[in-house]
Amino acid sequence: MIRTLLALIICATPLFAQQIGNPTAQDGVIPPRGFFAIRNAKIVTVSGPDIENGTIVIRDGKIEAVGANVSVPAGAQTIDGSGLSVYPGMIDAGTNMGLVEVPQGASGTVDLSEVGDLNPNAKAIIAVNPHSAHIAVTRVEGITNTLTAPTGGLISGQATLINLLGTSPKEMAVVPQLALVINYPRIGFGGGGFGGFQQQAPQSLAETLTANERQIDQIRKLLRDAEAYGRAQDAYAKDKSLPRPDRNVVLEPLVPYVRGEQPVIFRADREAEIRGALRFADEMKLKPIILGGNDAAKVATLLKEKNVPVILTGIFSLPAREDDAYDALYETAAKLQQAGVRYCISTGDAGAEVRNLAQYAGMAAAFGLSRADAVKAVTLYPAQILNVADRLGSIETGKMANLVITDGDLLEIRTRIRYLLIDGRPVVLSSRHTELNDAFKNRK
Amino acid sequence: MKQFISRLLFLAIITTLPVNAARAQRPAAPETLIRNATVLTVTHGTLQNTDVLMRNGKIAAIGKNLNASANARVIDGTGKYVMPGIIDCHSHSMLDTINEGTLAVTSMVRTEDVLNPTDVDLYRELAGGVTTLNLLHGSANPIGGLNTVVKIKYGRPAGEFLFPGAMPGIKFALGENVKRSSQPNQPGVTRRYPNTRMGVEEVIRDAFTRARDYKRTWDEYREAAKKDKNLIPPRRDLQLEPLVEILEGKRYVHAHCYIASEILMLINLADEFGFKIKTFQHVLEGYKVAKEIAAHGAGASIFADSWAYKIEAYDAIPYNAAIMTRAGVVVSMNSDSDERARRLNIEAAKAMHWGDLTEEQALKLVTLNPAIQLGIQDRVGSIDVGKDADLAIWNGHPFSVYSRVDTTLIDGEVFFDREKDLARRPELAKERAALEQAEPNRPRTQGQSPPTSRRRPSGHEDDDIEIEKP
Repeated sequence: MIRTLLALIICATPLFAQQIGNPTAQDGVIPPRGFFAIRNAKIVTVSGPDIENGTIVIRDGKIEAVGANVSVPAGAQTIDGSGLSVYPGMIDAGTNMGLVEVPQGASGTVDLSEVGDLNPNAKAIIAVNPHSAHIAVTRVEGITNTLTAPTGGLISGQATLINLLGTSPKEMAVVPQLALVINYPRIGFGGGGFGGFQQQAPQSLAETLTANERQIDQIRKLLRDAEAYGRAQDAYAKDKSLPRPDRNVVLEPLVPYVRGEQPVIFRADREAEIRGALRFADEMKLKPIILGGNDAAKVATLLKEKNVPVILTGIFSLPAREDDAYDALYETAAKLQQAGVRYCISTGDAGAEVRNLAQYAGMAAAFGLSRADAVKAVTLYPAQILNVADRLGSIETGKMANLVITDGDLLEIRTRIRYLLIDGRPVVLSSRHTELNDAFKNRK
Repeated sequence: MKQFISRLLFLAIITTLPVNAARAQRPAAPETLIRNATVLTVTHGTLQNTDVLMRNGKIAAIGKNLNASANARVIDGTGKYVMPGIIDCHSHSMLDTINEGTLAVTSMVRTEDVLNPTDVDLYRELAGGVTTLNLLHGSANPIGGLNTVVKIKYGRPAGEFLFPGAMPGIKFALGENVKRSSQPNQPGVTRRYPNTRMGVEEVIRDAFTRARDYKRTWDEYREAAKKDKNLIPPRRDLQLEPLVEILEGKRYVHAHCYIASEILMLINLADEFGFKIKTFQHVLEGYKVAKEIAAHGAGASIFADSWAYKIEAYDAIPYNAAIMTRAGVVVSMNSDSDERARRLNIEAAKAMHWGDLTEEQALKLVTLNPAIQLGIQDRVGSIDVGKDADLAIWNGHPFSVYSRVDTTLIDGEVFFDREKDLARRPELAKERAALEQAEPNRPRTQGQSPPTSRRRPSGHEDDDIEIEKP
């Protein structure tokens, strides 16, 4: 009898969790999409004004209705949002989430960089590991999406935008192949400067510059080949009397990028590389996004003029030069905002630290960014930059129900996440870390 | 010739001068009053609308409507938060070199000999409210080099950084780093012993066995020398002397470690030889053996939430601070990184988010607790009358992500002031522009490649010889 009572009490306490079962990936099934109504909550829509006391209806994975005067439809499971706030899930647009489990001492778990310099066909969605411990650890902090990018060589491969929920890459994918990733060659670094690209450093300045040009030329040549390849395939599709061009798995995926239909992400931190990437993108008529962007504030005018967005990953890096202001990177976001440059804030982390995304945005807000813009910088802005603002990044009717329900300000470290929905699916707030905590916290 | 000799003499003097002898006599810090602030004392709660008076480098009074002398500097604390200067119990800032990695036991080397007071990261740490650092040798050896505790007196010579009265310490290390796990096997090159966690235990056991004998030899000599003044003393052993100090409780052991088994190993070994581990550093699996750590009386100095960067960090959880604190362990949050050191306030707050520590418990993680771990708790770590005037003044609660430091004081002197920093920027920009125009600094079109930066990576720093990881 006592045991039954105890069990009842235990079941009753984590109310939401009990109602929705235990939808971790352990049993190979993701939780079904629910029919929910979150009531009496403060709704931070991000795209419009906050709703102090509103209702959100969620059905079939989408936000069906949101507003101050929305009635709860029959059959919806209600979630009492009194004293709570609802935010769109955070998006980190600069990660390698799911491509690496333990970087040092477990190379078998590392799928970041392919061999060689030109790997447009290395697709992150192929290797992203849905069962990585990093995924649950990250999402329970309110991050619902990551752009997961490969890192190696000059052309690293193609990045994927995923929901941090699912038992297969397909279930996770929001956009399987979202962007091409290029390490814009860094002057004086022998190579792309990221990932597995290493060369003997040239001896003289002239050689250094030549080596840099040679690398840019390698990329240029492959992209030109892809243009020609696309034209040949199109011509043949229209006129089968032409000689049939062979299919090529390296050139084929580049076609939408060289035609400017999909974005190309350039990793570039220093001013020279950012300017170089912008020139190169102009020359090749690409649709560029800068990833990294430590010096972006110095290029703000040009970035604005070209309408090129920046995924800022360096907020928690040390300034590169001794005479840089101590807060040079803390205040980059505010400077870009002020200059009208499109940007978003990212951890730039492989996986383990992505859960701290809110603190990166918070630091930017401590140094000049408004709090509202800081929230946008990890929700709506990355969605816009990744061209998925029709689905993600704000609380609006018709968008994917990726929602975080908190007991306070989304970016504050002391805030707790109370409920989490991804694709309208209720997610239990457990992870490898909560499980280990539960296993050891009462050891006497 | 005379001039030459005197110059030589001068050189000889300055090169043999120990750094602490270089400490100049400086006038006492001006009397300073912080008026009407929220004061996070750490030891006696949070005081609203409170004044803090500093005199002669010490906290002279805490209370309402305090009176200061007419010429005292007054800082308006309205809307601001005052906390004790942050203490980072694991840093490698201002060390020109971190690892003497050639031997398994390097207790003869001292970080005090390689201090670079011009390391700009020190200034950046001041701007994060940090005032005291425990500068540790790296983790390449089971028994590493000696530490140095400093106050960040940026702009002064290295000797003025030294924290007077701090307990001497030493770095130990266990696990992957001392096994040289990340060092590639090279043909024809013998691996350095040890290669397993078994060998790590043996190396430390061997060293303390030798140290015990060495101590006995000296004890016997001193006893005998009382009767016979002409006895020849034993030969000094610079490697074993620090270990004898450990056995005598005169030197603190700061032991880098990760997994539960190696933590227990060192506790057992220390118990057997009759010495104490003062802090386990990193100790990411400390939560699995919290009661054993508490029973030994060791502290723990950890990361808030770093994990999975290597195999021995894969079971790390952000609840580590809370579990160990509840088990009775004195826990601190450290950086092991010039970058992370700038935001230890947030690292401490994480223990409220993960594990429900109270605000006071969380504050202690970067103030009083590391002070205890360094033996300086009577001097710093809380805002109490008589303690050193080492304070950080924030424009909001230091546990808010939206807050930043306005002013950092050490011994009552301002070492960081945001307003002054901002005011200086136009002048520095001008100076830089002028330097760039100077003939020797123009961009070159030929000749050598520009030198690559010698900056260390900003991650965990103490690990390795070539690449620094934690």
